[in-house]
Amino acid sequence: MVNILVKEREIVVPGQELAEGMDYLPSEGAFREGDKIISSKLGLFNLDGRLIKVIPLGGKYIPKKNDSVIGRVTDVGFSGWRVDFGWAFNMNVSLKEGSRDFIPNDADLSQYYAPGDLVVAKIIKVMSSKIIDASLKMPGCRKLGTGRLIEVESSRVPRIIGKQGSMISMIKDATGCNVVVGQNGLVWISGSDLENEMKAEETIRKIENEAHSEGLTDKISAFLNVKPREIVENDIQ
Amino acid sequence: MNDNSSKSNDYVSKLIEGKKRIDGRAFNEHRQPIEITYNVSNKAEGSARVKIGDTEVIAGVKMDVGTPYPDTMDQGNLITNAELLPLSSPMFLPGPPDAQSVELARIVDRGIRESGMIDMKKLCIREGELVWNILLDIYTINDDGNLIDAAALAAVAALRVAVLPKLEGDKVQFGEFTKTKVPLKLLPITCTIFKIGQHLVVDANRQEEEAVDSRLSVAISEHGQIHAMQKGGSVGFSIEEVDQAITLAKKVSEQFRKELTK
Repeated sequence: MVNILVKEREIVVPGQELAEGMDYLPSEGAFREGDKIISSKLGLFNLDGRLIKVIPLGGKYIPKKNDSVIGRVTDVGFSGWRVDFGWAFNMNVSLKEGSRDFIPNDADLSQYYAPGDLVVAKIIKVMSSKIIDASLKMPGCRKLGTGRLIEVESSRVPRIIGKQGSMISMIKDATGCNVVVGQNGLVWISGSDLENEMKAEETIRKIENEAHSEGLTDKISAFLNVKPREIVENDIQ
Repeated sequence: MNDNSSKSNDYVSKLIEGKKRIDGRAFNEHRQPIEITYNVSNKAEGSARVKIGDTEVIAGVKMDVGTPYPDTMDQGNLITNAELLPLSSPMFLPGPPDAQSVELARIVDRGIRESGMIDMKKLCIREGELVWNILLDIYTINDDGNLIDAAALAAVAALRVAVLPKLEGDKVQFGEFTKTKVPLKLLPITCTIFKIGQHLVVDANRQEEEAVDSRLSVAISEHGQIHAMQKGGSVGFSIEEVDQAITLAKKVSEQFRKELTK
């Protein structure tokens, strides 16, 4: 017997049975017990092909491979850096993953990243022992300069970015600010003046508060007084 | 994660240099709205919750009787204690009181004590034998900067509504309140001025507090009289800056007082 027990986008609670039978696979926020798939989170039910997923309504960010996160360098060691990214454990950036430039043998590693620097890092490995390895040389990784750092719910990050980055590029175009969104819910904003940065922050807070409402893109474009950008196929963000 | 000194603060400092603040306020502008809720605890003789922006503090007054101290045989006692709850900030840890909570309690205590806000002589029941003890407890609910002003405001607000409990024989009947208010003479307001670089600002939020070089707390009563001061931080104030800070504190404390008495 194969059965989906809840409707799409319905709110489910931990322990609730989502499906029966072996035709579906549990993904994030769900697990299999016997021939049943059970939710492990409070969130919205989501069916993607044969994958069953629960999108959490809130909660702490849980690191995942290939996530781009914003963090702050806390420690420089002999063979790498440690970066605090708002999780219980810091992540390690090894010397090999530190920079696209060649790092000579006797280099002072704090010349590259010093304690207190903000960086965009990509998680390359998450081990079960909570050891997280990250890279600072993959595309998009860099050191961030002076800017406004705000914290949002990490479950709202996909809405802030939007489909193919539509929302975030709308904010960038309307405010003229440079915005970097980390999957861990940290957002870095840097603009030419304070008013623009505050407008960008206000917009992001608005998205965070109204993340579950329909037609959010239109609301935000009305708020920012701009036309929503057409989504072009294969648009590289 | 914002425990790192210079680097994390240079955004705030740069804005301050350009005469701007991170949330767009003017240097002499405190956060809006200030919310004061009275009698939030039904067990306490008086209590108040104060919210300045996202900073939230609860103060409670409990009354008890005891023997007076040898140097003030005809006066009641005031005992102030502040607790920085770990839930209110990632920087606060459980455990015995640390320097910050002791300082917070002492600044609040000094403002009330040195201004003579409470008529301590009227809190004497029998001279040399029995007096009222006022136990003033401060709990931080959320720290978004400027805990001192919020705590001092909450303490004064709690004392304004505090009543004496019923006294039978020499025992306090807890839970039974009389209509007699704690005798007050005036209302001291503590206002803290923060120095960031060469500029003085009021009511710093948490991000700004990380960039603060030093601060000066001033307790001012309604006649504009200064009753207590406390300076914190490693950088000094010049004499002109102290004058500026006091002028600023007088202005802002009037706004706090208006919120308190409305």
